[in-house]
Amino acid sequence: MQGSKTDFVVRLAGESGEGVLSLGEMLTTALARLGYEVYTFRTYPAEIKGGTVLYQLRVADHLLLSYGSHVDVFVALNEEGYQDNIASLLPGGTLIYDSDGVSVPELPQHRVIAIPIGTIAKKEIGSALTKNIVALGAILRYIGAPVQAGEQIAEQTFKRKGEEVVQKNFQALHAGYNYIAPFIEQLPPLLNGVDRVDPNRLIINGNEALALGAVHGGLTFYAGYPITPATDIMEVLAPILPRFGGVVIQAEDEISALGMVLGASYAGKRAMTATSGPGFSLMVEQINLAAQAEIPAVIVDVQRGGASTGLPTKTSQGDLNLALYGVHNESPRVVMAPTSVEDCFYLIQHALNIAERYQLPVIVLSDQSLAHRRCTIPKPDLTRVPHWERIVPEPPSNGQYARYAFTESGISPMAIPGMPGLAFTATGIEHNEFSDPTYTPENTMAMKAKRFRKLQHLSEHYAEQFVRIWGEPDGADVGIIGWGSTEGVIREAMHLAEQAGVRAAALYPKMLQPLPVKVIENFANKVKRVLVPEKNFTGEFAAYLRAQTSIRPISYAKDTGLPFDPEEIKQEIIRVARM
Amino acid sequence: MAQTDTVTLHPPVVQRQPKDYKSDLEPIWCPGCGDYGVLNALFKAMSQLNIDPDKTVLVSGIGCSSRLPGFVVTYGFHGVHGRILPVATGIKLARPDLTVIGVGGDGDGYSIGMGHFSHAARRNIDITYIVMNNQIYGLTKGQTSPTSSHGFVTKTTPFGNVEGTLNPLQIAIVSGATFVARGYSSMPNQLARIIAEAIKHPGFALVDVFSPCVTFNKVQTYDYFKGKVYEIPATHDPTDKYAALRLAEEEEPFPVGILYRVERPTLNEEIARIQRQAYTENPSVEQLFKRYM
Repeated sequence: MQGSKTDFVVRLAGESGEGVLSLGEMLTTALARLGYEVYTFRTYPAEIKGGTVLYQLRVADHLLLSYGSHVDVFVALNEEGYQDNIASLLPGGTLIYDSDGVSVPELPQHRVIAIPIGTIAKKEIGSALTKNIVALGAILRYIGAPVQAGEQIAEQTFKRKGEEVVQKNFQALHAGYNYIAPFIEQLPPLLNGVDRVDPNRLIINGNEALALGAVHGGLTFYAGYPITPATDIMEVLAPILPRFGGVVIQAEDEISALGMVLGASYAGKRAMTATSGPGFSLMVEQINLAAQAEIPAVIVDVQRGGASTGLPTKTSQGDLNLALYGVHNESPRVVMAPTSVEDCFYLIQHALNIAERYQLPVIVLSDQSLAHRRCTIPKPDLTRVPHWERIVPEPPSNGQYARYAFTESGISPMAIPGMPGLAFTATGIEHNEFSDPTYTPENTMAMKAKRFRKLQHLSEHYAEQFVRIWGEPDGADVGIIGWGSTEGVIREAMHLAEQAGVRAAALYPKMLQPLPVKVIENFANKVKRVLVPEKNFTGEFAAYLRAQTSIRPISYAKDTGLPFDPEEIKQEIIRVARM
Repeated sequence: MAQTDTVTLHPPVVQRQPKDYKSDLEPIWCPGCGDYGVLNALFKAMSQLNIDPDKTVLVSGIGCSSRLPGFVVTYGFHGVHGRILPVATGIKLARPDLTVIGVGGDGDGYSIGMGHFSHAARRNIDITYIVMNNQIYGLTKGQTSPTSSHGFVTKTTPFGNVEGTLNPLQIAIVSGATFVARGYSSMPNQLARIIAEAIKHPGFALVDVFSPCVTFNKVQTYDYFKGKVYEIPATHDPTDKYAALRLAEEEEPFPVGILYRVERPTLNEEIARIQRQAYTENPSVEQLFKRYM
């Protein structure tokens, strides 16, 4: 960014299982604690050991919206990682590599620093396990961070393993730090300080923010089945929720996970599950049950790349169709998508609220890039989202409780087991107001209409509050309508396009179903052209907009497994503006 | 000694009769269906325990027998095919104070839902699971089931069932169920006693019930079962796992009664222990933020 003193990108690539991810996370935390803004992306092979892990960290003294388009410092810790990534390094950028594992030819365009990381770790420190800490020391020194920043994070990381391990890692840190010093004496540091360290920030990723938001939103029951990249939501909740009197249980499969959630929710608890595409597919039948039997449930789908097993550790926005339409026959559900790490904390609270109030399934679409994006966010405001309770009935005067009573909003007060005189059977079979199986044509239409009225009510009262508009739509050359995790990169691309003389605005609806049609159409009417960028192959959101609204957007759909970078979106904005 | 938290411990205000548990909805089963016997035995068992219908949930799936919750005045959850146990587990974990009873058929529980069966057993979730086992698919009008006998001719096995027959009692025992019984719908008093014991039992209790399908199963009929079932003698030690497995192996005649009954901590007790262990005074999300600063 122009005028900023600090804004650079470090990319780490190395062998999976050798601590590259933890190196990245330690570096990120250390720099965030120094007061910098950080923004990361990581991707790794689906196997625990073997293959190359990639961790990218952007550091700046101003708010960051993307992981950047170019790499300024590339740290190569294995040969494959070097080969795959060297082309991304900017001319004039710096390569730091492990000379024990990587062979590098002459690179006249780059500054090249070789460091025998393996040898230092094994010979000097006596532990190959400290390789990533040697690298941490080297990187900190290279970018101009004080060694104490590394000591603090190393101590925190290794404290529970004992003083000896901490000291070993301190040695490793200093060895890396000192080794690199002579190479860079003449260089200006990349880090140039911040005016003020804001103590009220969190260094957190999307899954963690979502899990904490759910706890704050009153979650007391979580059932899940391990699946990348959603598992860590459960791992965050497992030690926490019992403190709040809640339950976390690992189910035998995703079908069971959602079954447990529906059982717990029916029994009166705020319940949720999180999964990724393959598991989400298994849940489809019971999502329909939740809609038909009118049981609150929140289902988080942390989307990953590819169909079938696909690209389990990479990102995509390919599950929109499944979230919107994944149902036999038709039934109402709400689909929401957080747009940033900070938003994960708030949106999940709304999702829990809406599920409780409207007694239906709420699907929250995150994705791998958002889930594992570690960045700095302002400490969340715990009073921002109100708490909605489930609407429960009064005991009926005539002794007959109409669980599925016809109401204007479609919401019928829901009894909770234990409430005297209100016993009913929740059922997925079509039923009358009293929950008795009923197959008449009149009832079939009336009940379906009642359930869909809930979406209408939600749409009229709340859908618009979940719309964010960036920039000035009036007369903009390009109006972008996007969803989910791409918001930051789109905002940054808008700034870049503006510098190139093209004015863009963006609209992000965080509630995708029901869709705030009027606001979207108003926005579209103000701009010259509408562009819909999304991380899938067929342009699912663009197709949805064509079906639901009068607008005819230009689709930019790309499913690569990686997030967009701001440069490519800028190019696309310019291309569309000049069409 | 585990707490029997599935039954109302307060002194009963009223003694409920079996008929007090009957809802206004009339069962839709064929005349002569074994499920009537199971329903009546359930009413009797509930009356014997004087269970509070407002604190009881019947959970079912899909199949003729899964319509049962509608015929009882308790709370009910009539879900999708094969998912009785996950839903029942969720309810009991959420609300240990409720009595949770799963009711369904052999297709629901032992075919599509089999993936959940061993897990409910090993978790020892404190629920009762009554399977109305008619050894055929009734609602879909006569197809083979995992408990159908070898050679059994149905519309989908016109040359006779070529597959082996699943033994749910043995699977329950080896999976970790702590109460395993078999009943017969035509022995309603004994079945009521078994169900009452199952409900009282702290832990996962399976009651597999021979419940003849008079319309589609022309082999395992009432006539067939005549002389082919016998009450498990009092000399059987239900804590002896191998004796129970041997009993479960017996065919023609089939033993009915409680095969296996032991005690170990229920899932709810384990979760309560975790909650005590994790106890923090005034937990707050504000506190949790510190880890991320």
